[in-house]
Amino acid sequence: MFQLLQINTPVPRDIPLDLPLPEWLLITLLVVSFLMHIIFVNLMIGGTVLTLWCQIKGLKDKDYHNLAHEISRTITVNKSLAVVLGVAPLLSISTLYATYFYTATSLTGGMWIAIIPLVTVAFLLTYLNKYTWHVLDKNKPLSIAIIATATALFLFIPLIFLVNVNLMLFPEKWGTVKGFFSALLLPNVFPRYLHFICASMAVTGLFIFWYMGRKNYPFEQYFEKLTRYDVKKKAYSLTLAASVAQFIIGPLVMLTLPTKGFDTRLILVILCGAAIALPAMWWIWKAITGKPENIDKHFGKVVIALSITVVFMGSGRHVYRSNALRPHQKLVAANTAEFERLSKEARENPPTEQAELQIDSTLGAVAKGAAIFQMNCSSCHKEKEKLVGPPITEMVSIYANDKDGLKQWIKAPGKKRPDYPQMPTLSQLTDDDREELANYILSIKK
Amino acid sequence: MDFPMFHLDWLNDRFLIALIAILHVCINHGLAVGFIPYITRLEQQGVMNSSANEITNKEWDAMVYKMMKVGFIITTTLGAMTGVGIWLSVSVVSPSSIASLIRVFYWAWFTEWLVFVTEVVLILIYFLTWKNSNKSLKAKLRHIKFGWFLSIFSWITMAIIVSILGFMMDPGNWKTHHSLINGFTNPIYIPQLLFRTPTAMLVGGIFGYLLTTIFTKKNTELRARAVKQSSIWMLIWAPLSLAGAIFYYRAMPQAMKDNMSTAVGTLQFAQYYDLLKWIIVGAISTVVIIALAGLWKPKKIRFAMVIIPCLMAFGFLGIFERVREFIRKPYVIGGYMYSNLLREEDYPLYKRDGVLKYATYTTTPEVTETNKVEAGRNVFILTCSRCHTTQGINSIVTVFEKMYGKDKPFDEGSIAVFTKNMHNGRTFMPEFPGNKKELEALAAYIKHLQQTGDVIEGAQNEGVTVNPNQSVEAVVKLIDKQEKAKTDSLAKVQTALNK
Ligand code: HEC
Repeated sequence: MFQLLQINTPVPRDIPLDLPLPEWLLITLLVVSFLMHIIFVNLMIGGTVLTLWCQIKGLKDKDYHNLAHEISRTITVNKSLAVVLGVAPLLSISTLYATYFYTATSLTGGMWIAIIPLVTVAFLLTYLNKYTWHVLDKNKPLSIAIIATATALFLFIPLIFLVNVNLMLFPEKWGTVKGFFSALLLPNVFPRYLHFICASMAVTGLFIFWYMGRKNYPFEQYFEKLTRYDVKKKAYSLTLAASVAQFIIGPLVMLTLPTKGFDTRLILVILCGAAIALPAMWWIWKAITGKPENIDKHFGKVVIALSITVVFMGSGRHVYRSNALRPHQKLVAANTAEFERLSKEARENPPTEQAELQIDSTLGAVAKGAAIFQMNCSSCHKEKEKLVGPPITEMVSIYANDKDGLKQWIKAPGKKRPDYPQMPTLSQLTDDDREELANYILSIKK
Repeated sequence: MDFPMFHLDWLNDRFLIALIAILHVCINHGLAVGFIPYITRLEQQGVMNSSANEITNKEWDAMVYKMMKVGFIITTTLGAMTGVGIWLSVSVVSPSSIASLIRVFYWAWFTEWLVFVTEVVLILIYFLTWKNSNKSLKAKLRHIKFGWFLSIFSWITMAIIVSILGFMMDPGNWKTHHSLINGFTNPIYIPQLLFRTPTAMLVGGIFGYLLTTIFTKKNTELRARAVKQSSIWMLIWAPLSLAGAIFYYRAMPQAMKDNMSTAVGTLQFAQYYDLLKWIIVGAISTVVIIALAGLWKPKKIRFAMVIIPCLMAFGFLGIFERVREFIRKPYVIGGYMYSNLLREEDYPLYKRDGVLKYATYTTTPEVTETNKVEAGRNVFILTCSRCHTTQGINSIVTVFEKMYGKDKPFDEGSIAVFTKNMHNGRTFMPEFPGNKKELEALAAYIKHLQQTGDVIEGAQNEGVTVNPNQSVEAVVKLIDKQEKAKTDSLAKVQTALNK
């Protein structure tokens, strides 16, 4: 079993160019820019899910219908920022982990490319929902169908990314995976996915709390019965519920992750992150069970504590990756160095056999010309029959008394015959080569 | 070589990239770089032509807003996603090349990203605050200023991208100094920019022109004024675009001569090059005609009259991109890496030992008598599949049949001789990298393809088989051997010292 695994684990070679920056700096950029990206992705996905939910509730309750509209307006901004902020982590991971990341994306390439149309369609649907809001007031089921499709797409697309960042960690699986769906079935893809969806809901709750609670947000203009307190309480409750769920899903993620990336540092980072979330959850609990006028009291602290949790979890994610890949990276480095050595050696002692003309000395004076012909012309010209171009015998009949004309043609061929493709310029030939060639060609008898 | 080979056997891998890239360029140039200044100018005219007691001409401003809405929706969905999409597609079709470029160009891309983030933030502000800004003249004038900022940023983004593209086409300098400055000093950088700028304005103008025929009613004063303004805009940029095109067109073959070690003027390029001339003339003249018609009888202009010139203008932009793509062959990174993703400096090794031995994924590490066709298939995937399919676009069977005649059974010997020398005559293709046995296996496979119509599903569907030479086991053995050699030589030194 062990033996089998070893044989089936590939060791590709790395890109033999230096990293553009010190590794620690690239890693910092990767972690920080990834977190910035993922926060907006969270808001985009959480916002879409909430819009759908409010829209369905809005069938009966006018205020929820308006709430759906208000939330859907934030998606436009959040989704644009999510995309543009995604470029930096993509750039950094491609620099640090090209071998791993690009292998994973190639193995799931069809779905990887499908990201482009899927995201485009999801975005267009959110716009459609937003800009046909009043037009479709009379046809709410259609409106709900639009946002439901967008939600389904938004819930599916993260799986594509997750499958890749997961697959890249396990070179031992690369030989066994056949396309996206088989990579989807690797253990721990779904626990990680749930972890991510819960995070999206928690972050979106905080966002709605802030967005609709702002002083200059004209709340009363949009809602009849709902009060600011109602919305804030609901948003906070969402964050709290999602955070509690993370305490169940988080351990599940840890359990399903292959052990190869675990060490005490990782456990410490994750536990610290989880510990800091606890007071935040306590403050939220106090806020939603306390007096309405006190609901804002701890908001700043909650945001700071949960942000620190996010940073810890993001770092833990990286620690696991770097632990899991380190032994394999050593093998990759060794294999790359060996290949570079072999390549250098071959470069310094180029194989001679290929470059040399195969001269057949029985041909006498035209032997060299014949060899040049064999190497450069014979793929298109035969002696007596048409292949791609006319046969040699035909050349002889045209140029029998015009060797200079023949040499000139070889030097700068044109297009003479409508039913033949044009002959390319053979820039590798020298004047001497053309002399030898012409001699050989004209020596052929009909 | 080092990555699983993603392959689209019907569409062709290069075609996938080209499709996404061309779409992106059309949207970026036509709906951002050229369109935003066009819209901002119209917005400004609304303010200038309003009566003294209003901030802007309401009807006019509403029309311009609707046009901007179209631009906004398309650029922030399809535009953004095709931009990212170029990267996603290149990273599966050509992973080694993009990974190498990123190592060298990290900062260029990072800077580009910062500019890009700014551009997105500006476009969000510009579009989403439009209606609010109509409340006071001060706010409106500030909004118009944002429009001009955004125009400048869109242009800067384009100018940086052109430099990166220019660098990728410039083989000479990459090897000696891997730096970004080469991109800007590339001989076709300035011509390209001088062509792209007015052409983007022109395409933005014709797209706006088309939109005015949608957002205004027939025979109205509003339409007449909007059509007239678009016509003036287009007539200003058309001659500049033509001049830029001629400049670029002239600079191109010169740059190719400077850049390419091999000869210019392959039959392929010649064809595109010729076609280009007619497309330039055709597109610009139809655009000028519809602009003149707009000045002459603005009320008579209909959607149906504008759509053709509009499509031609976008087509014109697209074909330029196609040609740019072509110039780079046979390299993906000039002088360093060929389009088959193999580095030029590794060629001697591949010629000596074959490509299969060093491929991370192959079912046949070596060609034998019994596995010839299968080995040929692996060789094909490694050396031809970035540009050729088995039966789809640019199919290997079709290209050989074009030479040797359709329906005639292939002669393996001819195929082998041709393939060995193909880079000499057809300079758009890299030299065949493998050894003699692999060449013969490839020829056998191509003949097999002609006979059976077999296809290749690509690593994204069929998965990969690890080459035992490149497995953990092999590398562990290698490390052991190196360790042993080290201790042996140390021991030798030790004994020598002891004596
Ligand atoms: C850089 C991309 C590229 C690679 C790699 C490549 N080709 Fe081509 N090849 C082309 C293009 C482009 C054409 C022109 C097709 C056309 O007619 O439009 C072509 C044409 C051909 C032709 C027809 C030539 C003619 O003059 O009509 C043959 C035969 C051919 N290729 C064989 C191969 C073989 C065999 C391999 C692999 C060893 C290979 N090519 C690798 C790009 C490539």
